[in-house]
Parts: sequence; structure tokens; C-alpha cells
Amino acid sequence: MSDEDVPEIIEALPLDSWHRTLGGRMVPFAGYHMPIQYDGIMAEHLWTRENAGLFDVSHMGQLTLSGADADAALETILPGDIKGLGEGKMRYSLLLAQDGGILDDLMVTRLPAANPFEEEAGDFYVVVNGATKWDDIGYLHEQLPEGLNLNHRGDQALLALQGPKAVDALARLAPGVAELSFMEAGAFTIAGVSAWVSRSGYTGEDGFEISIPQDSAEAVAEALLAMPEVKPIGLGARDSLRLEAGLPLYGHDLNETIDPATAALGFAVPKRRRAEGGFPGAERTIGYFKDGPPTKRVGLTVEGRQPVREGATIYDGDQAIGTITSGGHAPSLQAPIAMGYVNTDRSALGTALEIEVRGKRIAATVTAMPFVPQRYFRKGAK
Amino acid sequence: MTTYYTREHEWIAVEGDVATVGITDYAQSQLGDIVFVEVPSAGTQVAKGKEAAVVESVKAASDIYAPVSGEIVEGNAALEGDPALANTAPEGEGWFFKLTLSDTSELEGLMDETAYKAFVDGL
Repeated sequence: MSDEDVPEIIEALPLDSWHRTLGGRMVPFAGYHMPIQYDGIMAEHLWTRENAGLFDVSHMGQLTLSGADADAALETILPGDIKGLGEGKMRYSLLLAQDGGILDDLMVTRLPAANPFEEEAGDFYVVVNGATKWDDIGYLHEQLPEGLNLNHRGDQALLALQGPKAVDALARLAPGVAELSFMEAGAFTIAGVSAWVSRSGYTGEDGFEISIPQDSAEAVAEALLAMPEVKPIGLGARDSLRLEAGLPLYGHDLNETIDPATAALGFAVPKRRRAEGGFPGAERTIGYFKDGPPTKRVGLTVEGRQPVREGATIYDGDQAIGTITSGGHAPSLQAPIAMGYVNTDRSALGTALEIEVRGKRIAATVTAMPFVPQRYFRKGAK
Repeated sequence: MTTYYTREHEWIAVEGDVATVGITDYAQSQLGDIVFVEVPSAGTQVAKGKEAAVVESVKAASDIYAPVSGEIVEGNAALEGDPALANTAPEGEGWFFKLTLSDTSELEGLMDETAYKAFVDGL
């Protein structure tokens, strides 16, 4: 029996039957059956931009890390400012291999004393991608010093409520969530269930991610869906929303051959870390930030209506200068958009390029991201 | 006029030696929101079972196969301006192309409406 004969085991997530009852079309993704769509990607995408979309992202890995100097330990593998992270605050960061290649992108939160994970104040809650979670856990165990305690919270489900009306819907169930600012988190009770709620997401909209025990996931999902602003949204719209928001997707726009500078994720490597180094691949990455990496992630607007897809080659005249890593139709813009890597000397905004699709060249222009303005909620901001 | 169906979910309506080809309602519902259709231009030779058109949904591109061999006489220009016709009227205004059949015997293995319906119900 060869490797190909081994059937891939696809697991059911806690809300599996709930999705099926709602008419979700289930597909295998990251080792789980996941809903790709309910009513249709276009309608779900636009609903989320105008109202509130409920996503099941329980395939993602939820971890907690506790112990003395956990922040310093995390800074040896993440290029972010973890030491400077206040309690109840979170950051987007990158798990780096020893050569600076990106093993995953993740969200790190420093927990306050009040948290449902029974961790101490100052410990960490980390959310990693579903497809990479087992490798991440292995790598973290290998890299982190002895004495720290890494726990995979496999008994937790994760929901995302995204869109301009997410706050109205959730505040009715969990008074106080409206007080959270973008990238802040706290403990709340939703429908009698102890929940960890962060004001974050990956759609470019204001919204929340809600961690709850798996056996209460359906009760919380039902309570959210009972709100008039809320509809269930599948992975298809999640992908088009994050692409419009200019957010890279691990396994597509990011992988272990790409460093933070090439990925154009400068905000994930703050000044102090660039000055001090001390993260994997620091020398190369810091040099790239200073002098420019040889290739760089860019956004592209595409002429006409034909979508360009992942894998398409980007040309400057006769010269192949890059590859599309995410591409598709942008429902909010009614036009094709894409993300890809090009030689840095062809990455300036406004650069005219071409993308080859089925032997045909389509005109494209390097464009600032996000393609659709982000609407994160920041206290005091208008 | 007789309409035939393929296991790849194309329909083919034959009138004399000219046939109109499109995708079935089942196919459009599986594809989801269609945002682009690439149809062959007049004069193109297509072969039974080979790619003849491409349909792009929000999510992905899919090949559409020629149910029979022949020469394209017309691609549906209306799909260029309004690709969603393939969703809203797949077996009407959203047709993909017309062709002249080069071998009418190729129709023999195709399904009629009853057989196709039974085939879809079994999926």
C-alpha cells in the first residue's frame, strides 16, 4: 500500500451537524469538514460587509503558554513586541523558522487575571492556523525553554462574528464588548457560557473572535444567529473578504520560504526588534527591511472581468517577474483583484504589469492594499 | 429540437446539424456565483470531451467540455457583459456556444432529460 492509498482522515468539528442543518455545503479543509458556503459566496460576502457574518473557525489551533518569562521566550521565535504587550491586548505575529522563513502567522494575547483558561495574569493565549497547528505545537515544544507550559486547548471552539453590525448583535448578548477596542480581549458570558472575546478578525471589518467550550458551541452559535444582523457565512466568503482586506493567507501568500520583509509585513516587526534582533533569521530580515528584499508581496488590480488565480505568472513585458499567490473576484468591487510576489524593482504603486491566464495576457496594476478600506474599531478614533 | 445531457452537466439542444450548448441548472448551482465565462470564437474546431469553454465562479475556474465534435458558429456574446446569465438562465439565455456537428452519431451515448434527472438525483 503506497502513501496515496491511505485515506486522509477528515474530522468533524463540533458544529458539523449545525452547519449541515443550515444548508452549509461542506468541504474538506485543514483536515476537517468545513462549510464553504450556505446561500452563495457573493451574497454572504456582501452581507458581512453590511451586517454581521458568523464564521466557524474551530479548525484553528488555540494554545495557552504559561510560566516565567514566557514573553522573552516567545520573542526568540516571534519578531513582534511581545514584552511590551499589556494584559488583555493582542498582536498579529509570525512564527519564524531558524532561517527567518514564516512557519505560520498567529495572534498572541497577554491574558489578564480574569480569563476562562484558568491561566495566571501575564500568561499567553495564542491562535494559530488550522492546517499548521500540529507542526506549530511541535516546533514550539522544541524551541521554547523548559519550565514553560504549552497547552493545546483542543476542547475550545472558535467563532468569528464580523461586520459593521457585529458589535450591535454581540453587545446584546454580552454587555460590555462594545468597550473593547480593536486588538483588545476579555472574559465575557454569552448565553450563560464562559467566553473569551477579542475584538479582532480577518475580514477587514470590525468584529470579534469568540472562544468557547466545544460542548457549548451550538448554544452560543444559536444565540448569535438569533440576532437579526447575523447570518452564517462560509469559508468561501472568508477568503474573498480577507483578500479584499489585503490580508495574506498562510499556505498561499505566506510560507516557509518567505521572510517578514518579503511578505511586506513590516508592522509585525517593530522598531525595537529591528534594532535588537534576537529572532530567527533576524540578520537577513532586518537587512531586507533596510535595503528592500529582492521580491515583495504586492496587491494587483486586474483589468476586465476575468479573475486571475493562485499560480498565474506575472510578466513585465517578456520577463516573468513573479507569481500570483491569491486571486479572485472581489464582490465588493465587482472586479478581479490579486495578491502576489514580484521583483521589488517592479513593485512600486502604479506599475503596469501583465498576468498570464490560459495563454492570454491580462493587464494589471500594482495597487495599494487593502483593496477595500478596513473598518477596525479604535477607541477615540473617528 | 432534441435536447441531450452529459455526465459532465452540459446540455446540447440539436436542431438539424446545428446544436446549442450550455451548462445545466444543476451545474450552475454547484459552481455558485459565476463571474466570468470564456466562450470559443466562431471557426474554432472542438472535439467531443475536450475543453471548449471556461467558467469562473467567485471561487474557482472550471473547464466546460464539448459534448460533441464540430465547428463553433457562435459564442454567446451576452455572457461577456453579464456572466451571471449562466446562473439565472443556464438552460436559456445563458447558453455558451453553438456549433455544427461533424458526426451526429456522437449524440448516441448522451442522456435524455429523464435519464439526466435520474443521474443527478443519484449524485
